[in-house]
Formats: sequence, structure tokens, C-alpha cells
Amino acid sequence: MGLVDRGRLPKPLTTLFNMGRSYSMWVYQWGLACCAIEMGAAFGSPRYDVMRLGVIPLPASPRQADLVVISGTVTDKMAPAIKRLYEQMPEPKYVISMGSCANCGGPYWDSYSVTKGVDQIIPVDVYVPGCPPRPEALLEGIVLLQQRIKNEDMGARWRGEGTVPMNAVDGESAERGGVPVVAG
Amino acid sequence: MTLLGDRQQLSYIAAQAADARVNVELETEGMTLNIGPQHPATHGTLRIIARLDGEQVVWAEPSAGYMHRGYEKLTEVRTFPQVTALVNRIDWLGSFANEVPFILAAEKIMGIEATPRAQHIRTILFELSRIANVSLFLGDLGVQLGAVTPVFFAFRDREYVLNLIEAATGGRFHPNFDRIGGLKDDLPAGFIDETRSVMKKLRNFCDEIENLLFGNEIFQSRTRGIGVIPKEVALQYGLSGANLRASGVDWDLRRDQKIAMAWDKVDWKVITHPDGDSFARCWVRLQEVRESTRIVDQLLDTIPGGPVMVKVPKIIKVPEGEAWVSTENPLGEMGYYVVSKNDQGPFRVKIRSASFNNISIVPWVLKGVYVPDIITILASLYFILGDIDR
Repeated sequence: MGLVDRGRLPKPLTTLFNMGRSYSMWVYQWGLACCAIEMGAAFGSPRYDVMRLGVIPLPASPRQADLVVISGTVTDKMAPAIKRLYEQMPEPKYVISMGSCANCGGPYWDSYSVTKGVDQIIPVDVYVPGCPPRPEALLEGIVLLQQRIKNEDMGARWRGEGTVPMNAVDGESAERGGVPVVAG
Repeated sequence: MTLLGDRQQLSYIAAQAADARVNVELETEGMTLNIGPQHPATHGTLRIIARLDGEQVVWAEPSAGYMHRGYEKLTEVRTFPQVTALVNRIDWLGSFANEVPFILAAEKIMGIEATPRAQHIRTILFELSRIANVSLFLGDLGVQLGAVTPVFFAFRDREYVLNLIEAATGGRFHPNFDRIGGLKDDLPAGFIDETRSVMKKLRNFCDEIENLLFGNEIFQSRTRGIGVIPKEVALQYGLSGANLRASGVDWDLRRDQKIAMAWDKVDWKVITHPDGDSFARCWVRLQEVRESTRIVDQLLDTIPGGPVMVKVPKIIKVPEGEAWVSTENPLGEMGYYVVSKNDQGPFRVKIRSASFNNISIVPWVLKGVYVPDIITILASLYFILGDIDR
């Protein structure tokens, strides 16, 4: 586009783009533990049906995904694989950390083999607490992420400043951008 | 092993040998295929390294440990009531079933036994978690073969069972409901009627899955005669649960051992299948869900009265001693060897989980199969990663 990378996108156009992005998220599921089943219930079951929110589960590879849901216990053996697959995702990319284990270690906070939080490896946009969170909680996390995307300044994301709200004042924008959302 | 199983195995081996010869003539190059660590067919994060010759696997090895959370060490720094919250998450689909053998082992050391009512309700919840576990397997089976519809049916009907467990225990997934000496609470009002109607729905679900999947020609040709595990091999590798029963071994701990549960009070039968192939394993599980609904129905009629908790001290100290208790969990034999040193927490807990032994046969059974069959064989062996790595 040229306009985007110079950060000079007109605001109406940004709003339009953001709306489009927030309602067509391809989500890569990183099912690890118990939460994977609840994520499966949220994404694959007729009762919760995530597609009504404009989220498309099951892309063929992380290279086609906009969002990754890290659901479950991240172990030290798994951590390099997570980092590698996250790096394969194209920008702009978002991360939802689902469940206590991915947030902070959860019930395995004193285990020798568990990574205490996936945010040690990759940046997280939305935390969904619970052990495991109900499917509704994951849906709320997705809605929160969509709100965040709608207000995002695409130029800042392009310049590598992370998620910055459109109406942020210059100077403090970078600081405000990094604050993750907690669902529930 | 029956004659039929023998013949099937032999013809399968002969077909594989013929194919192998073709491959030799074509001089296909070897290649290593890495399945996982994150693959939908592996129910979590199992990694399978397969060396291929053309389309055939010549060598396969599961690489476990991506979900290792160090349970056995963690139990040493938890008190006895806290351990149930941990062990819930070993086999996360049948959580309540994980608590029962541990609590039974602790009760065995303490020399107490739960009240008849508590034993009854334990058995009901145990079977409900078996249904919740295996019904997801039945839905997932279709996905591995490219049929997406069954999984919607499974998630729909599984929700009813989860609602029941949530109504009784407060936890939809991880109940943490079992206590030393009984249960945390009694059943809520209306639970029995609700459970009866849900069991009816589950039987309908079984019929639906049978019509959708088991009669399907593609399903049959993808599973019949594939991944045959003969009786002797199954026993040698220490398989348990439906995988063993599908190889024709009449073995079920619910019937074979005397423990303080209510299975001996109801009429049910152990399902076996002589073939030992992928189809047999799936079929046995389907029938077991039906049997479980029957068990639950009968148990609901005969719940005895009385309290759900015996008198135990507020702060539980388990006297010095050792105990081994294993039960027939949804995935197979699950057992705990608990060593206590007169303390609030266990000194050492050895966990024997079913899936770890069940996947030990993977290198044997994957030898010589085609690449697409890897997925169906893994799916039919039905393991859960938390149960493998712990």
C-alpha cells in the first residue's frame, strides 16, 4: 500500500481495514492440554459455534493464521516449537493465552518441567483465566481481541510498535500498546 | 486368537510383503516423516518419527515428553486432599475417574471405607466420565478419517454429560469431588431424572454414530484389518482397557477385582472382540458407552440412603504404609502406588497410567503400514497426552 508502512493511512480507511481484519480471523489452534478440549468445544461444537463471531478455525498451517490460541500447559520441551511456529505466522498476528497453565503455570507453578507462562516466549494479547476456562470465556477473549483490533493503529503495528490504539496521544502510545487484556 | 484373526493377520502381512517387494523393485528413497509434536491426530502433543519407504513405514517411534508436567514429583509437595486437584488433569477427558484410585489407595492405608451411598455415587460419576471421555473419541474418530460431521454430534451430546457432572460436582471438566472417606457433597435435587433422560440421549447418540460411521464403507475399509494387534502381542506390551479387549482378551478390572465400588451390584457385561484391528477397537468402545449407560441406569435405581461421608479428621494424616489400587479407567488400567510416612502428604506416588503402556505398542504396530493408516491406528489406540507424559 505504501500508505500503511509510512503510517499515513486515513482514519476511515483504517477503520474499514480493522473491521475487515477483526471479523475474518483465521485462528490456529495450539491445543496442548485440557484447555484444548474446551477450545474444541468452542470451535467445533454446535452449541458455542465460534464462526458466528467471524473467526475461522482450522487453517492448514500457521502461515495462514492471524491468531493463535495457546491452550494448555506449555512445557520447556514444547516452548521452542511454540516460538518457531509463532515466528512463522505472518504479521499482523495475535496471541490468546488460554487457561491458567498458559497464563502463569497454573496448578504446576512449582513443577520442574513447566514453563511458567507462555508470555515468557511470545507476546500475549489476551489472557483467558480459568482451569480450564469454559468455552464462553474463550469466546469473550476473542470478542475482546476483536475490539482491540478495531481500535488499532495499523501504522504503528507496521513500524513494529505493537498494538497501539488509534486515538492514542503521541509519545505515550507505545507504552499503552503493550498492555494485554484479561478476559472474564 | 481366533482362526479369523489369524487369517486376517496373515493375509495382511502377505499383502504388505507384496507391496514391499514392489517398493524394492522401484527403489523408492527413504525419508523421515515427523508427525507432531502438534498434530490433531495425536490428541495433544505426541510426536511420532516415522521412517518411510515410499508410502510404507519401516520404522516408527513415539517421542513423548512434550506434556510432561512432573506429577509424581508434585504429589510429594501436596497434601492428600490437594493431590486430587492435580490428578484430575492426568486424563483430562475422564477427570473424575483419575481421582478414584488415588483416594481408594489413601483410604486403604488409613483403613477406612466410604459409605455405600458414596461408593454408589462414585461409580455413577466414574461411568459418566467414561461416557464423556469415550463419546469424544467416537466423534473424533470421524475427523481422523476425513468425516467432520460425527464430531458435532459428539460435542453436542457430550455437553449433556458434562452438565450432569457440573450439576453434581460444580466442575464441568475437573470435578475435584472425591474426598478421603466419601464425597464432598450429595447429589443435587433432580439429578436422577435428568441423568435418566441424558442416558437415553446417549444411547441415541451411539445409534447415530453407528449409522454414520460404523456402517460406512470407507470407514470399514480404512479400519478393518488395519493395525492388527494379536492377543499375545497385546499382552506382552501391557495394553489395557478397550485396546486389550479388542484383541480378544476378556479382562476388565471393574469385574475382576474386588474394590469398594458398586460395579458388582449391577448387571453388565464385558465387551470383547476377536479381531484386534482398528475397527475392533472402535467397536468395543462404542459398545462400552452403551454398557456404561446401562450401568448408570441401574445404579440410579438402587442408590442407598445414608451419609456420603464417614467421620474423618479435619486435617488428614495418613498413617505409615503403602497401597496399590488400580481401576478400569476410560483409557485402561490406571493405578496409584502410594507410599505414606504418617504425614499430611504422600511420601511417594507412582502413577501407572493406561496410555503410556498403550502407546508402547506404536513402534510394533506401525511397522509396515501405509502413511494414512498411521492416523487411523493412532486414533483407534486412543491415548490422551496427559495420560502418557503425566
